[in-house]
Formats: sequence, structure tokens, C-alpha cells
Amino acid sequence: MNTEKLIAVIQKIGTKIEAEKAFLTELDNVIGDGDHGINLARGFGEVEKKLDGLKDKEPGDVLKTVGMTLVSTVGGASGPLYGTGFMKMGAAFKGKADVAVPDFLEGLQVAIEGIMQRGRSTKGEKTMLDAMIPAKEAIEAKWNESQDAKAAFAAGVAAAWEGVEFTKTIAATKGRASYLGERSIGHQDPGATSFTMLLEIVAGEV
Amino acid sequence: MVGIVIVSHSAKLAEGVVDLARMMAKTAPIAAAGGLEDGSFGTSFEKISNAVDEVYSDDGVLILMDMGSAVMTAEMVMESMEDRKIVLADCPVAEGAVTAAVGSEAGSDLEEILADLEQVGTQKKL
Repeated sequence: MNTEKLIAVIQKIGTKIEAEKAFLTELDNVIGDGDHGINLARGFGEVEKKLDGLKDKEPGDVLKTVGMTLVSTVGGASGPLYGTGFMKMGAAFKGKADVAVPDFLEGLQVAIEGIMQRGRSTKGEKTMLDAMIPAKEAIEAKWNESQDAKAAFAAGVAAAWEGVEFTKTIAATKGRASYLGERSIGHQDPGATSFTMLLEIVAGEV
Repeated sequence: MVGIVIVSHSAKLAEGVVDLARMMAKTAPIAAAGGLEDGSFGTSFEKISNAVDEVYSDDGVLILMDMGSAVMTAEMVMESMEDRKIVLADCPVAEGAVTAAVGSEAGSDLEEILADLEQVGTQKKL
């Protein structure tokens, strides 16, 4: 994936988040502070304005700018978390004009590590990590087995949705939902949901 | 004097905590960074950066924050100002702000105030 394609993917992500804004906010209304969709849509709206100026940059620099913009404009926890993820992935792509599946896997791994560190969180705490970690593992396994990017990303998306379903079964111990404790069981995590939507867009473009 | 920044999702809460601390320490450099630019709930990287600038001196700045994104955004502001002496304090915001402001006005250094703030979280009210 080169810069041109990456910019197109980010535009599609912005359109998707805008379209799902109300749904994501509704999920967050139930177990959080009800701003997830609104916040992410504001952040990606600001990202959209910067994309035209990034056409001559490397993919890694594009992602860094996306991350920094999200940190400055989202206003909720998804800002520092997605922001850190995009910036870490961008740093992992440094010097590459084209990003292949193994590069993406390496980038996703450092993004996961960055998000774990930023949120002081781990798998099984009803967060975006519950979609990200299984997705990364599934993409990697399918890629190693078949070298088929489409199949690998399809497996990743399926694993991410399974992760979203898994978040319904557990109580939150991180983030705003942790104030609800056991009462958060039965509801899916908004961050795991939005990550899966992002991954679906990427998967549709490989 | 050590500068103090109060970060909250709520502009009213951050300003209220600053007012509360000023009741005890009128001259302490303390700034509020609450809510987003448009007044809605959230934490703003820019507001926090500006508040740090406002109260910064060589004595350093302590940031007190509420939960979630307030912690993470404050942390990212701190990382963006690597050359400065900035510390995040892990303590209750209202009680901590009063303790920090009194300490700052009395001329305590950043490390001394931080040690006092560690006690704030363990003190029981009843």
C-alpha cells in the first residue's frame, strides 16, 4: 500500500466513522460517557482536512500526522489511544514508500504495545485491545499459512468481531465503563467496535 | 513557585478546583485546563499545553487530573515538552490541589509537594 492508497483508505475510514457516529455514541452511552462516536468523528473530520497536504509524504509520515491530529482534536480517551496507535505504526513504517502485509503486522504490533502502555491496559479488560490483539494474531496466522493478503485480512476482521462479542461477556476494569463494574457485562465495548470498523475498511482495500 | 495545572473533563470542575485552591493560597500559580475548546466535556491537548505555559517556571509544574483521557492527554503533553520539568501527580484532584497550592505558596519544591500529595490519597476523611 502506497501513500495514495493509504490516503484513500483514511478518507474511507472517516466516512465510515461519520456514518456510524450515532451508533458508536449509543454504545458508549450505555457503559461510558457517551462521546465515542462524536469524538472520533470530530478527530477524523480534522484528519480529512490535512490529507491533501500529505500526498508527497511517506505512508509512515501520513500515519504520524493522523495520530497527532487525533490526539489534539478527539477530546476523549480514543484520542490518546488511537493517536498513539497511529503514531507508533507510522514510526514503524519509517523509510518505506510501500507497505506490505508483514510491515502492517509489525506496525499493528507496535501500535498494540503503544496502546497497552498508554492505557495501562491488557487483553481481557473490555477495551479495544480485545479486538486488536486477536485480529493481529489471526492476520498473522492466515498470512503465514497462505501468503494471501485478502484471506489474511478477512480472518483478522472475523477475529476482531469475535473480540467485540467477547467484550459483551466480561466486566470492564479499565476506562469509564470500569465505574459500572459487573453492570457493564452484556454490553459490547465501543472502542473494540470502532477498531473493528477501521480494520474492515482496510480489509476491503487490500 | 511550583506551577499547578488542573485537568478535568469538565471546565466548571477544573475552574472550581482552582478557585478552591486559591482560597487557601492566593498567590500560587495555578491554571485550569477543563473541557474542550467549545466548552463541551473532554480533555484538550491544546488547553493543557497552554495552561502549562501559563504557570511554568524553572521550579517546574505539577499536573493534577481526573480520570481516563485526562491522564493520557496530560501524559502526552508532558512527553511533548521533554525539556521541561513536569510531573503528573497521582492523587484526588480537589484535596490535592489545595495541598499543592499551599505547598507552592510556602516555597516548597516540586519533590516536596509531590511527597505531600502521596499522603493525600491515603488520608481518610472519617
